[in-house]
This record gives sequence, structure tokens and C-alpha cells, in this order.
Amino acid sequence: MHTANLLIVLGAMIVAAYYLARSRSLVQARPLGGIRHLHSLPFFYGLRASIWCGVPSLALLALWLMFDDVIVSNVVLGGLPEHLQPTSISEENLTLGTIRNLASGALSGAAADPALVAASERLVELRSIGSRIAAAAVLSLALLGGLLAWLKMSPQLRARQQVEAVFKGILLLCSLVAIFTTLGILLSVLFESLRFFQAVPITEFLFGTHWSPQTAIRVDQVGSSGSFGAVPLFLGTLLISFIAMVVAVPVGLMSAIYLAEYASRRVRAFAKPTLEILAGVPTVVYGFFAALTVAPFIRDTGAGMGITVSSESALAAGLVMGVMIIPFVSSLADDVINAVPQSLRDGSLGLGATQSETIKRVIFPAALPGIVGGVLLAVSRAIGETMIVVMAAGLAARMTVNPLDTVTTITVQIVTLLVGDQEFDSPKTLAAFALGLMLFVVTLILNFIALHVVKKYREQYD
Amino acid sequence: MTEDQRLTEDQRQKAERVARGLKRRYRAEKRFRLYGLMAVSFGILSVVVLFTDIISKGSGAFRQTYIQLELHYDPEVIGVTDFGDPGAVALGDYNGVIRAALQQRFPELSTRNDRRELNRLISSGEGFDLRDRLVAHPELLGRSEVRWLVADDDIDTYFKSLRKRGDTFIGRVSGTLQTAIAHLQEHGDIELQLNINFFTKGDSREPEQAGIWGAVAGSFFTLLITLALSFPLGVGAAVYLEEFAPKNRWTDLIEVNINNLAAVPSIIFGLLGLAIFINFFEVPRSIPVIGGLVLTLMTLPTIIISSRAAIKAVPPSIREAAIGIGASPMQVVLHHVLPLAMPGMLTGAIIGMAQALGETAPLLMIGMVAFIVDIPSGPTSPATVLPVQIFLWADSPERAFVEKTSAAIMVLLAFLIFMNTAAVWLRKRLERRW
Repeated sequence: MHTANLLIVLGAMIVAAYYLARSRSLVQARPLGGIRHLHSLPFFYGLRASIWCGVPSLALLALWLMFDDVIVSNVVLGGLPEHLQPTSISEENLTLGTIRNLASGALSGAAADPALVAASERLVELRSIGSRIAAAAVLSLALLGGLLAWLKMSPQLRARQQVEAVFKGILLLCSLVAIFTTLGILLSVLFESLRFFQAVPITEFLFGTHWSPQTAIRVDQVGSSGSFGAVPLFLGTLLISFIAMVVAVPVGLMSAIYLAEYASRRVRAFAKPTLEILAGVPTVVYGFFAALTVAPFIRDTGAGMGITVSSESALAAGLVMGVMIIPFVSSLADDVINAVPQSLRDGSLGLGATQSETIKRVIFPAALPGIVGGVLLAVSRAIGETMIVVMAAGLAARMTVNPLDTVTTITVQIVTLLVGDQEFDSPKTLAAFALGLMLFVVTLILNFIALHVVKKYREQYD
Repeated sequence: MTEDQRLTEDQRQKAERVARGLKRRYRAEKRFRLYGLMAVSFGILSVVVLFTDIISKGSGAFRQTYIQLELHYDPEVIGVTDFGDPGAVALGDYNGVIRAALQQRFPELSTRNDRRELNRLISSGEGFDLRDRLVAHPELLGRSEVRWLVADDDIDTYFKSLRKRGDTFIGRVSGTLQTAIAHLQEHGDIELQLNINFFTKGDSREPEQAGIWGAVAGSFFTLLITLALSFPLGVGAAVYLEEFAPKNRWTDLIEVNINNLAAVPSIIFGLLGLAIFINFFEVPRSIPVIGGLVLTLMTLPTIIISSRAAIKAVPPSIREAAIGIGASPMQVVLHHVLPLAMPGMLTGAIIGMAQALGETAPLLMIGMVAFIVDIPSGPTSPATVLPVQIFLWADSPERAFVEKTSAAIMVLLAFLIFMNTAAVWLRKRLERRW
């Protein structure tokens, strides 16, 4: 049976279970003298029956949909004659692909191995048997669940508690999705990275100074050394992030101070949302702006002054990234500055300090932990930023700290290595996951420290 | 008397020092204030420069150069007589009609080279449009009709630069073509019209045939999946954490985890999608479903955090009153807290969706960067999204794509501004102050 049809039947059964159980609770309540003698409202009896009917059967269906392909493919592959048995993972995928194409008619059976044709017929047959068995199992489970719920019903049944417990369980699952996401990220980058470190020693990756990920396809190929020393990438990432911070921290901080302490209400009402616009602009737009406007401008200015500037200079990417981060820094700093108690300000002003002296000597030191936390968050943002550097920074991995030169970053390399078709057993592809692991670990540490510092700071003045 | 004099002398010196110091301090104050003003101005200036740059580059793309020609649908040129047969229709030579019309319009250009140049006037994609027109109106066969045709992108760039005084961009437009265009212009047969292709077509290698409709549809389906998954999940998680979670280490762990997840670089979510969804669960690449899944995980922390703030803003007295008249904890939440927190949650959801709409990096990892001409018809047909389309066009070498990219950015920004305005409006209109 088709999955969509199955779902429709299942949905009808769940609705039917609700109405049947609800009316049964009313019937049970009548001899006792009305629904006030029931433990729960009839609505909960109906819902309880729906849950019994729907939850186990839907879970079974989900499991089947997840694993049917694997089971069927393994049975089909197991049935192949000896000489066609695949020996490696890529070969297995190839054979399976051929069989699937034969089954769907995309490949004509005339030219193929008769054993494969037989396997494709077997695949079709198994698929239809499998889906029929699954449909029968799912529907009977739904029926069984509904029946059980129906049989156990009585006016004393604590239906509301049961329904609410299930509901609470669902809410708990929702909040666990975040944990699963983190685990998923960790496992996915960790496993592929471990495979990478089997091919390339971790010390070479962390301390090597030559990055050229093109691996040789043939043994005698020239110019594809496949060396994975990531230091130039780290250096490039740091350089661009540093330039971004040089722009974003002073501008963000000063505009937060100005808007919080000096600006009139009208200026603030206009300037604050305008700055926030910068935060809402997609990064791909910044990338386009950096690559097509800022980079040529810097190159031409440099040429005018007699300096050679690369057309993919780190300066252009860093500047634009800094502009992107300004609102991020300023809104964090704004929060922090507003959290400093008014009494500190009043005390300092009362002693005769000017406003700027108050800010520099009282508010700033008091707000420093929060500001540091905000800046750390901004750094982690800059390190992980992708589109601006993909579009405006280069691909050449160079060991340089000259902002006018072209550098490449971790995120640029991840994108370059992974966009397009990949094979999952070459170190070139796996290197992207190792870089991803580095990025994840570094940003995680930065975020963790920053959030901790900001939290401690908030508690101080609460 | 001497003591008195010394005192006043001392006071005078002190007062002088203070006065001198005051001047310096006021100067420092003014300077500091100026720095602040400069910082704010720099920020605002960046917004202005960014927007003027994009708009000045992109506004031209909404109009396109069209050339008027008299077409004769000659069955012999086309080679198709029956438009009910799809096989025969596909084989027809529709560009031949255009070539013949051009030849007729410029009889003096008869050498082989001139003719080849002439054929570059009209976009090579126009043949397909003629085919579609003939399939829809087979009675046109054998008749003539005057029609505006889309010009090639080189011609478009040249013609647009002609209208701007100063820098004429000639590019690959030869002298022959320039005179031909001047001739057309004299007769009013070449003009800028609304660029319909841009709003109705999918991607194309030909800039003049490329449109954003495919990417808009892809973005729509992707966001639909994202919203359908992330809103219920996010609200559920927020309700659990605010109303039911016991105060213990596990809850703390979940909270810290959500806050950290909100700051993980988006490209990492792409790696997750690639390794788990594509490699492990074998979800096909390039479809809105997988884009939606990845963006769901990415926007979930944003939605959880804003939903929690909305739930927190509901005063405890509401809950106490509900509990007081006998509601169960679940009824308190479902009947009282959630309806009151809904505007805040919706605002958070819209902001999360705006973030998802502008996201590019994770989608590059999961194959939504493919060149897709067809308009996606549903969440499971291959698609690309607006920001990725911008990325692809920004990478294209043709000069005409710069204009198209900026125009696509304008469309994307328009959507984002609309969503954010809706969020602000919703917050102002529906949120209750207690």
C-alpha cells in the first residue's frame, strides 16, 4: 500500500478512535448520573484512545520507512551470485544503483547481466511484499491499540493524567532536539575527522604549513601533492577576523555608548533601527558588496598610491565583515551598559566628573566583563562567517599577515572542498570535516566562555 | 596679613589649575562625544552606501531591451506542420523564423559574417518562446505577426549604457551591430520594457533569459518545511523549559546547549546535514525538504529563545488564577499561557524565518547550489533558493549578471524588510503590556 494512503487510513482510524471512546465514556457516565461522575472530561477519554491507536503505529511506520531500504537492499545483495558480490562500499553502491535503475526501467535489461536483472525483479517483488507486510502490521497495531484503550475504559480511569503525561513527554522530546542536534554535529564531524586523521597525522594537520588539498587520482600524477597543513588557513582566518574586529569593536562600542548616554530620544529612535538593518542583511549580500564594490575600490585606491593590492585582499573581506558585526557588538554593549546601575553614574557625576570621564572611569570598568563576553561572541561569529569570505577572499593558502595580500580561511576551504560531487573515502573530502571540527570546537569554547562571562556579569548587578 | 595674602595666592593658583584642567577636560569630553557621533555616522553611512550601491547596480535589471520584428511563421522554415505531435514540435527550427525576420529587416547585411553578427541581436532563448506560442496558437502557422523579442544580453548591456551619457560599454558588440541598433532606434523598434522573464522564469545560462521565480518558489517551499517543523518544536521546547522542567542539572544542560547552539556557525549545520541526512538517511540532495530540515535545526534555538521570553512575559497571576479554579497544569498552559504568549512567539518565528530566508552557507553543503532551470513544483523537486541564486549569479562571468544579481538582492531584501516589518507590526499590535 502506498505510504500516503496508509497515512490517510491511519488518520481516519485515529479520528474514529477519538469519537468512539468519547461516546463510550458518555454511555458509561449515563447510569452514574452524568459526566460529573467520570474521573476526566470525555474529551480526555477520546484523546487517550487516539494516542493508543496512533502513537505505536506511527512509530512503527517511521521505523519501517527508515530501514526498509537497507533491509531490502541487503537481502537482494545477499542473493547475488558469488562473482557479483561487492567487495567494497563504493562497489556495493554501484551494484545497488544498477539494480535500482534496472528495477525502475531507467536501464534496459537487455544489456545487463542476467543475474542483475533477476536481482532487480527480486527487488521489485521484495519492495511490494515489504510494503504490504508493513501496512498490515501498522494497521493491526493501530487496531490493537485502539481496542486495548476501548476495553480498559471505566469511569474511574485517570484519562486526563495519562493524556497529559504523554503530552509532557512530547514536550520533553521537543526540548531534547537541541541536544540531539549538538550530538549529531559532534558525531558527524568527529567520525569523518577520525577517518581523516587515519590518513593524515593530526600533527601534520595542526602544525603543517603547506595546504594543497588536491590529491592525486593516479599514482604518477604531477602537482597534486595532497598536503594538509592547516596553519595557513588558521592564520588567514585570524587575519580576516582581526581586521573585522578592528572595525567592529570600536565602532560598535562607541555607537552603543553614544546612543545610550548622549543621543537625544529622536536620534536614538532613528539611529538604532538603522544600525539594526545591518544585522538583518543576508551575508551573501555582504559577500557580493565586498567582492564587487569594496575589493575593486581598495585595489584602485592602492594602485593610485602605488601599492599593489590583491583583488581578493583580506582587507576587503575583513572590512565588510566588520561592518556586518557592528550591530552585533553594539546591541550587546548596549545591553551591558544599560545594566550598570544608575547610582554608579549619579555618584560619579555628583563628584564633578564629566560625562566622558564617568563613562571611561566608572561605566566602562563596571561593564568590562560583559563587553569582553560580547566581543568574544563577535569573534566566534567572525571566525565562522562563510559567505563573505567565500565570495571576497581567495583560495590561495598563504602564510602571510599582510592585509593587502590574498588569504584563505577555514570556512572557504570547507565550502570549496564540499561543493559539488564528493567521494567519501578521499582525504580531500574528509579534510573538510576535520576543518569543521576545528571550527566547531573553537567557536564552542569561545561561546561557552562568553556566555558564562555575560551570565556572571548579569548576576552581579541583578 | 601676610598669611591671608599667601592663602589667596594659593587659592588663585589652584583655581587657575582647575580652570586650565577644566578646559582640557571639556575638550576631552567634546572629543569623546565626537568619536561616538563618528561611530554612529559610520554605521549609518555603511547602510546608505550598501543600499545605494545595490540599488544603483540592480535597478536596471527590472527593464530589459526588446526588439520589434515582423515574424513570418513559415511552415517550411520551421519544418513542423502538426503541433499536436510533441516529437515533431521539439525538432522544429524556431530560431529560423527569427533569422529570416532579421534578414528581411536588414537586407543590406547579406554577407555571411554580417548575418552571423545580426543573429546575435536576439536572445537564443526566444526560439523556445516562439515554440510555446505556436503550440498554444497553431492557427498562427503560415501567418505573420509583429512581435517584441528579448534582445541578447550583450545588446542589452550596450543599449542600456547608450542611454547613460558618458561611459558607453561596447563589450562584444561589433560595429555592424552598433549601426543596426542605431537603425532600429531611429525607427523605434528597440526599447526598454518591463523585464517579464526576470519575474517568471527559472535560472538560465543566458542572462536575458534568467529569472528568479524558480529560486523564489524554492525559497517558499524550503521556508514552508522550516516553519512547519521549527515552530511546533520550538514552542514545545520553550513550554517544557519554562513551565514543566524540574530545576536540575539536566535542564541546565539543555539550556546551556540551546544558547551555545544559537552561536554555532551556520556552515556547521550544513556539515551535519551532509553527514547525517544525506549520507546516513540518504535523503536526496538539492530538494527543499533537506534544506528545510537543516534550516529547522539552525533556527530552532532562535525560536526557542524568543518563545521562552514570550512565555516569561505572561504574568504569574494568570497561572495562579487558572490553577485556583481547578485547571490542571497542562490546561493552564494550553488554555491561558499559550494564547497570551502567541503574538510574541509568532514574532520570534517570523524573525527566525527571515534569518532562514537569508541563509546560504549550510545550503551550499547539501547540494542546493545546483543549476536548476525548472520551476520547482513541490518540496521534493530539486530547487535552489534566493540567496544561493544570488551566490551563483555573482559567480557568473557575464557582465549582465551583475545587474541581475543586484536585482535579485533587491527582491530578497524586499522580502526580508516585509517580514521584519510584519514582526514589528505584530508585536506592536497584539502584544499586551501587563
